[in-house]
Amino acid sequence: MALAIVRLRHLFAVVMLSGIYSLLSAGIFVQLDAVDVAFTEAAVGAGITTILMLGTLALTTDIERPPVQRQWLPLVVVLATGAALIYGTLDLPLLGDPNAPANLHVAPRYIEESGQEVGVPNIVTSVLASYRGYDTLGEVTVIFTAGVGVLVLLGGTRRRRQGKDRT
Amino acid sequence: MRHHLVLRVVAKLLIPFILVFALYVQFHGDYGPGGGFQAGVIFAAGFILYGLIFGLDQVKKVAPPVLIEILIAAGLLLYAAVGVAGILLGSTYLDYDVLRQDPVAGQHLGILLIEFGVGTTVAAVMITIFYNFAGRGREDR
Repeated sequence: MALAIVRLRHLFAVVMLSGIYSLLSAGIFVQLDAVDVAFTEAAVGAGITTILMLGTLALTTDIERPPVQRQWLPLVVVLATGAALIYGTLDLPLLGDPNAPANLHVAPRYIEESGQEVGVPNIVTSVLASYRGYDTLGEVTVIFTAGVGVLVLLGGTRRRRQGKDRT
Repeated sequence: MRHHLVLRVVAKLLIPFILVFALYVQFHGDYGPGGGFQAGVIFAAGFILYGLIFGLDQVKKVAPPVLIEILIAAGLLLYAAVGVAGILLGSTYLDYDVLRQDPVAGQHLGILLIEFGVGTTVAAVMITIFYNFAGRGREDR
């Protein structure tokens, strides 16, 4: 699929393929029992992003210009990074290994005591909203900043034009 | 898109369910998968679907851009205000235990409020991005 995305010049098909890819990764997250992440991936990755990409295509064009010359450096960088990452996974503990460092640090406390301390059945919610409240506040601030950024970059012309009409 | 009868009918049927499902994800996030982030995106998707089918001007009548821009800030401020409320009630920032007599009830209230703030901001930002992307080409002509 990645090869098809790279090879295709017709950007509409590329957008559709990346949407399908997001949906498939949502399926993978469900397989890994990360339902909340899968939910987000399906809604944001497959839904909103695809719509925004289509909106961008409607503004520009949906045929990619053929590259002027073949560029090998990006391919080399991607292959080297991929090889390094795969080499890194060799040392990782197995999925669901109870002795993995990630499962020994704070996770047991969340699982055992969040029921009494927070009383919310979905531990993901209690970690996200209560134990990691600061992080989530930061995430919301990031989204807020993104929205303001879009407003400043794209919405600015509208205001200025309206102002001109009035004067 | 304005002449696609099937799309219009199906969208009209679907949008109420999308919005209700978003609210379900929002307020049931304590018990099942979901929460403010997902709910905000689904809620925005309902509006975006309406905008795609019936046109940008129609959806802007339902949700004026000014109101949406206020909501962007309101969600984040609600989140931050819950944190400040924790300080005012004599504890640390974003500590929900003191919001009610019972710490667990306080946690419930705090989580509900901040998730609502998250959902508001996310939905408003998504709708704003859609407005600005979709409305851009039209103004230049």
